[in-house]
Parts: sequence; structure tokens; C-alpha cells
Amino acid sequence: MTTATPTRRTGEVLLAANNVTKSYAGADGELPVLGGIDLEIHEGEIVALLGKSGSGKSTLLRCLAGLIPASSGSVTYRGEELHGANPGTAMVFQTFALLPWLTVQQNVELGLEAKGVGPKERAEAAVQAIDLIGLDGFESAYPKELSGGMRQRVGFARALVVEPDVLMMDEPFSALDVLTAENLRGELMELWESGQFPTKAVVLVTHNIEEAVLMADRVVVLGSRPYGTIRETFDVSLVRPRDRQSAEFEQIVDAVYQVMTGRTKDGPKLTEPAPARRTPASTPLPAASVDGLSGLAEIVAQYEGGASELADLADDLGLEVDDMLPQVDALELLGLAEVEGGELRLTGTGAAFARADVQASKKLFAEAALEAAPLVHLITSTLLRSAEGVQRAGFFRDLLAHHYTSEQIDRQLETATDWGRYAELYAYNADSEEYRLDEDAQLRVEPGVE
Amino acid sequence: MTTITSRTPRRGLTWVDFAVAAGVLVLGYLILQVGKGTTVNVDPADVSGVDTDPSQLPYYAARSLLRMFVALGASVLFTFVYAYAAARSRRLERILIPALDILQSVPVLGFLAITTTGFIALFPGSMLGLELASIFAIFTSQAWNMTFGFYASLTSLPRELDEVSRSFGFTRWMRFWRIELPSGAIDLIWNGMMSFAGGWFFLVASEAISVANHNYTLPGVGSYAGAAIGDGDLGKVGWAILTMAVMVIGVNFLFWRPLTAWAEKFKNEQSEATHVQRSLVLDFLRRSHWPALLGRFLAPVREAVNRAGRIFGRDDRPLSVDPAKRRVGDIVFGVIATALIAWGLFDLLRYLHDNTGLGVFGEPLVLGLVTLLRVVVLVAVATVIWVPVGVKIGFSPRLAKIAQPIVQVLASFPANFLFPLAMWFFLRTGLDINIGCIFLMALGAQWYILFNTIAGAMAIPSDLKEAMDDLGVQGWQRWKRLIIPGVFPSYVTGGITASGGAWNASIVAEVVTFSGTTLTATGLGAYIFKATEEGDFPRLLAGVAVMSLYVVGLNRLFWRRLYRLAENRYSL
Repeated sequence: MTTATPTRRTGEVLLAANNVTKSYAGADGELPVLGGIDLEIHEGEIVALLGKSGSGKSTLLRCLAGLIPASSGSVTYRGEELHGANPGTAMVFQTFALLPWLTVQQNVELGLEAKGVGPKERAEAAVQAIDLIGLDGFESAYPKELSGGMRQRVGFARALVVEPDVLMMDEPFSALDVLTAENLRGELMELWESGQFPTKAVVLVTHNIEEAVLMADRVVVLGSRPYGTIRETFDVSLVRPRDRQSAEFEQIVDAVYQVMTGRTKDGPKLTEPAPARRTPASTPLPAASVDGLSGLAEIVAQYEGGASELADLADDLGLEVDDMLPQVDALELLGLAEVEGGELRLTGTGAAFARADVQASKKLFAEAALEAAPLVHLITSTLLRSAEGVQRAGFFRDLLAHHYTSEQIDRQLETATDWGRYAELYAYNADSEEYRLDEDAQLRVEPGVE
Repeated sequence: MTTITSRTPRRGLTWVDFAVAAGVLVLGYLILQVGKGTTVNVDPADVSGVDTDPSQLPYYAARSLLRMFVALGASVLFTFVYAYAAARSRRLERILIPALDILQSVPVLGFLAITTTGFIALFPGSMLGLELASIFAIFTSQAWNMTFGFYASLTSLPRELDEVSRSFGFTRWMRFWRIELPSGAIDLIWNGMMSFAGGWFFLVASEAISVANHNYTLPGVGSYAGAAIGDGDLGKVGWAILTMAVMVIGVNFLFWRPLTAWAEKFKNEQSEATHVQRSLVLDFLRRSHWPALLGRFLAPVREAVNRAGRIFGRDDRPLSVDPAKRRVGDIVFGVIATALIAWGLFDLLRYLHDNTGLGVFGEPLVLGLVTLLRVVVLVAVATVIWVPVGVKIGFSPRLAKIAQPIVQVLASFPANFLFPLAMWFFLRTGLDINIGCIFLMALGAQWYILFNTIAGAMAIPSDLKEAMDDLGVQGWQRWKRLIIPGVFPSYVTGGITASGGAWNASIVAEVVTFSGTTLTATGLGAYIFKATEEGDFPRLLAGVAVMSLYVVGLNRLFWRRLYRLAENRYSL
């Protein structure tokens, strides 16, 4: 890495996570979300926690803020272990979390009011924060009268006015449209660089790679399998304001992307715990609908040679790369496409799938799903073996309960239902909560399933 | 409450300001005058009659209103304490919520005898005991519903708002005042309005009651009507009905309407709504300078209250809880709670056993079947009649605009006022009271079905209706595919309320008296009524317990299933 030289990480340690693990009560026992995280936040740096959904980045942020307890390990603030909400942090929320019944001014004053600051002082401090963040003139407005961008400014003012040591940002820009987000990011970075920013450090949670590289001094990539761990850390020492078009910038984004999609920093595919045998537990289905993944396949098929750089594809579609990840993962899992060095290439089957008419594509999809999607295979083979060709969803829930939380199980079954229905392998009755074998399934299954 | 800041530019004092000030003064004076009557020293058992001169009606109406509002205040206080305890304590929640569910199903009127004797004993020689008994009856008809609603809004607080509170180090008081109360305000106010509407019925029933062969009467519209009915004077009954209608509509216009319009500010929504509640009265108040002035005057008070509220401590949860300690706490709590309940149950059974033997439950169980049959017939017939009417009204915005307030008033109008008219009709036509009392029960209960069906029909999106038109889906098919599934969730809500109301009404509907003639039907309601009159407490207890059992059973086995179906399948 030419651009990555460790700098700045010299200030005092404000926040530290020491071997923090977090597990939630799953449907059947504890399920790990975070596995042994060590992280220090120093004075003067912006740290981005980057990961796909389910990588535990928001959970880690909330552990650092003292809002949820770690299952083991400890979180310290200025060397003191936390036993409740962290007194040195303030949070900015993805959904803004403003109180709609209070005016902008009243919303911004809340944190000071909680500290017992008198009405006069807090009004003055709030006006200053409102000025700083570019909200002057909106003091007496109610949040619902404001645009999304303005609302998030209130969110920032509310957090900054209490002058926390560390500002916690939980996906603060993802509910905003592209232009608004870009503008607000730029203004914040200007403030940060100018030294007027009343906090000593920032922790930013995001799933957007470019946003992380644009803002952070350090990008911490969290991986999700088998549970959240720090996969890689990138130091970004580019001068601000950073130019998205510059070669160095793109280089870092590419490197981060490779790690996000399961490869090491330089080169070959990460020795992902490649399971000896794919099982529903070791191979979760990506949350992609058939519509979504076949749509993507069809678009890629229109590119030359049935392949495209993911970044170009995202640009053409007006999406962020990470928005397409579930679909990309799904195509890869099903053997319909391969990802090589940031390039998405359809396989032979994939190309055929993209071009086929509805009936043929269903057949191809059924074969691929039975082969590569273990949960679809499991449901189909269970139904084939049962006398009536019917099985309650609860049966599959129980089978998955060792490995997933109940929300994850919902999502897994939802995807498996969608895929199986499209493949005409089985149907699902939402009232009786039963899977029923499709009449044609026998024809499709033949060699695949015992 | 947070201040209402008037957005109109500053002007000099206007006539609006004077009008508002005068109104407030007059209201205070009236409350004082009317309130004086409640503490008069008399033996309530001696108050044999009510002056049935119609000129007394305004005073009686004021006394009744005062009772209603005191009960409402008590319900709100109870709601805060009970719902908060249940939402905040994992252990208390396990007891309080099921208890609330049962309390909700207990027929309030059955309690009246027990509480009346209790309260009179508390304040011997004063009207206050009787007043409190009446207020308590109204309270029990309002509080459970409101508590449930507020508990639900406390427990369903969005996660980010909880995190805002803890992340910014709010005090517990700030959490309640700034976050929890405002986010529950709209539900609380609407629930309060509905409960208040239901309360009129119990006001009327509790103002004149006979327990253990004593007739107790409080000055009020209900007792006036009771006296007029006793005299068989239909003209005076008419005056009472008119007064009642004026009160119901007046309270709606002057109190609930402005309150619901004001509560719009607590809507947790992302954009300005197109359709908002409006109130002439609120607009009028907002045009005056008083809200702004009052706000400025109250600012230091608010600040002081906030400071005082700091004693409740910071809204924070310890990150680590010792599981062993928690377990021990759970066990201790569980043992104490179980022991208390077991002891109470044992004592109750012993009481019944000593007095009448446990066979006392047999008769009400059988009679309950008869009343159950009436409730079923009532709901079925009301459904067949009112669902089509409700759909018709709901599909026509013009009709709905006229009909909705009327139905609202009809629903809150205490049906027991109309009993004498019905009775007169029964006597004329010779209709058997065993069938006739179904009509009496329906007088109050049916409106909930109509009201909710209208709301459901209005909520069906017009593009669905257009799609059906486009596809030529008409007649029965249209009902089966669009209308019935569309109104189903609202209908179920109405049905639950109607069936609960019918059980309660059976206590006054199965025995009716008009001008010295008494008609008695066979049923659990009549059983409870008689036990009350004779002061036969073992029978009364058994009757109330069995009726609660029927109500809970019907809810669990029938309504709740429909409710789940409605939520899973038919939510739009």
C-alpha cells in the first residue's frame, strides 16, 4: 500500500474496546455477533467502521457508547471501564431521531438540559451550535417542516452542542439523497479540518466504501462470517479535501472492496472458512430476491463478453457498489457469475440463465439452487421424503435455530421461499405456515437429490 | 405540557383575549359552586327523591359533568402510575398486565354494590362517599382501556428515542416528559375520548342505585332521569334526554375536539400531514394572546419542575446485571406474589363456602349461557344490519362527513336513558322481555360495530375500488373479495367492544322498571341485579366472577382469533 502510512494515531486513547464479544439470545442458545474486537479510538482521528449488514458494526458502536453491554471483554473511556451510558460520547442517528414535538432550538438544547445547564446558557450554546452547522434561521421550525438534510443537521447540532469527546455517527448519511449527503459530508469535513469541530474524535459506522475512504483517517473493515471480527484496517493519509477521481483514492477504494468481498488486501481470495460441505448453517443465503439477481444477470449480459467492472456497473445503474452486494453474492453462490478482481463475469450457465425465456430460466435456476443453495436443497429433499410432500415451516426453523437469530432465520426462510417458488420446487402457504412440494419438482430434481 | 406558541404576530389586546379570560373565570366559579354540593352533610340513604323540576337540570348536569371529569383525572393518574410500573419493571409486568386484562373483562356494574357500601362506610354522614362510589364506577369503565393504550405506547417506543435518552444522559423525568408522554399523547387522548364516551352509561347507572334495599341517589342527570322514569313522566324523560345530548355534544365540542386538534403536534411523522384535525375552539384560543403569555409565565415553573424532577435520577441502565442476584430476586418476588394470590383465593373460597357453599357458582353458570345466547344474537344481528349500512356510508365521503359525528354521539349517549321508551313499547305490544332485552342491550352496543365499519370502509384505498370497477367485480364477488376483507380488522375491533358492552348492559337491561311496573328476564344480568338489590354478596361475587369468565372466554376463544386473522391476513 503506497498511500497507507500510519500517521496521526498519536493522540491520547479516548475509547478502547478490549476483546469485546457480543452475542444475542438466539432462537436456540447464544449467537455470536461480535467475536473478540480490539479497537482504540485516539484523539484527533476519524475512524470508520465499515462492513456489510450483519457484520456487527452498529452493535460495536453501541457497545462503545455504553448503550448495550458487551457479553465479554470491556469498553473503557479514558481508561475507566464503562458501567452505563458513555459520558464522553454523543450519537448521531441514521433516522435522525429528533423529537417531532420540539422545535429545532429545543431539540438542540436537550443534551444541555439533561446536564442541568440553566435556560439562558443553554439557549446561547444552542444558538452557537445551530450557527456552526448552518441552521440559522431555522431555530423555531419543527423537524417535520425541514428537509432530510436539514433534519440531520439538527441531529449533528444536538450532538455537537454537548461537546462530547467522541462523536458517534451511525450511518448518518444513508437516509439522505446522494447530493444532500455529499454536501453535508463536505461541510462536516471542512469543519473538522478547520479545527472548529468541538469533538476530539469521530467514530463513523457506514456500509458505503467511498464514504469511509472520503472521511476517515482509519477504515476498519468488519467481516461477518462466522461472526463480526476486524478483517483488515486501512490507514488513509490522503490530504483533505479528498478527490474521489484521484488514482490514490480509487486504489484504496478497490483494496477495501476486495477485502469486503472476502479477499485479502493484496491478491488471492481469502481462505474463507471454505466448508468441506455446504450446509444451510455454513452457507447462509444472501438476501437477494430472484427478481433482483436475475435483473443484475440480464444487465451484465448486455456488457461486452458478459462481464463488467463492479464500479462501472454501479455507476451506470446510479447505485453504490455495496447496494448490489447481496445480488452479486447470490449470483456467485449459485455459480451463475464469478467475481475476479472487482470484475463481475457471468459463467456459461449464468449467460444462458440471463438469455433464457421464463420457463427455461426457471429450470436453470432450479438446478443451480438445488446444487448450490443448501437451504433450498434441504427443504426440497425433506419434502420429497415426507409422505404427503408437506412440512411445517417450524421444522426448518428448528433446524436453523442453532446457527441463526430468529430474525436471521426469518430472512433465510424468506429468501429460500422466494427462490424455491420461482424454481417451482415448492410452494409456501403463509396461513398454515407450510411448505408443499410442487408437482413438477420431481422432474426438476432428478439427479440432484436423493 | 409544552406551551402552545401562537404563531400569529403580536397585536394589542383584542376582544378574543377578553372573551377567553371571562370564560376561564366563569368556568372556575361554576366548578366552585357545583363542587360545594358534593360535601354537604346528609345521610345519603335519606335522600329519597330528586327534584324533577326541569329548571333544576342545568345544576344536575353540572354535577354529573364534574363527576365525569374527576373520574377522567383519576383515570389519567392511574394510567401513568400503573402503565409505567408495568412497562419499567419486568417483574411487576408479569402480574400487572394479566390483571389488567381480567379487570377489563369484569362487568363494572356488578361492582357497584360492593364499592358503594364501602365508600359510604368510609365517609359516614356525607354525600362524599356516594360521590366517590359513582366516580369510581365511571373510573373503572375508563381506566383499563387507557392504561393498556399507554402501556403499549411505552413498550413500543422506537429504539432510537430510547437511545437518544440514554446517549444524551436524560434524567428519568425528562425521558417521561419529553419523550414518553408526548409519544403516547395522541393514543392517550383518543383513548380517553372513547373511554369518556363509554363513561356516560356508567354515570347514569351509578347516580341512582339500590343496594341492600336502600335507594341511594346523587343529584345528577342520571338520577333525574331515574326519578322521571319512576314517575312515568315521559315529558320529563324527554327533558333529561335533551340535557344529556347537549352535554355529550358540548363536551365533544369544547373539550375533546380542541384537545385532539392540539395533539396533532405530537404526531411522529416525517412530513406535514394533508388531513389534520381542526377545532374552532382551539383556533379561537390560539388567536388570543393567552397561550403565549401563559407560556412565558410558566417557563420558570417548568424549569423548576424539571430541576425537581432530577431527584428521580438519570435514565441509565447498568450494563452488567448479576444473573444470580436477578434470579434470587425473581424467585423471592414470585413466591411472595403467589402466596398473596393463594391466600386471597383461599379466603374468598372460604367466605363463599361458609355462607352459601361453592354450589353458588352453578346457577350463574347456567344463566350465563342464556345471556351468552343474547350477546351472540345481538352481535350477529347488528353485524347483518350495520355492516352494509356502514360500508355504504364509508364509501361516500359526503355521507361519512355527516354520519360520523352523529354516530359518535349515538355511541356515547347512555342507552339506559332510552330504556323507558322501549319499555313503553314492550308493554304496548306485549313483547316478551326475554327477547326485548336484546334490543335494550343493543341500544348501546350496536353503534361500535357501525362506527368501526364506517372507519374501515373509509380506509379502503380508492385505487382498489377503481381496480374492482375496472375488472367488473360486482355484487357478492365484490363483497367477498374487497369489502369484507377490507373492513374486517376494524369490524373486529368494533365487535369486541360491542360484545363487552352488551355483557355489561345485560345487568341493567334484563331488569327494567317503568312507572312501577318491573319486567325481569332470565339471565346472568338479572341475577347480578337481584343480588345487588338484596345485598346478597356471596351471590353477587359468584355472578360477577362467572360473567368475567364468560367475557374472558369469549374474547380468548373467539375475538382474539379473529383479531389475529385480521392482523395477519387482512391488514391493508
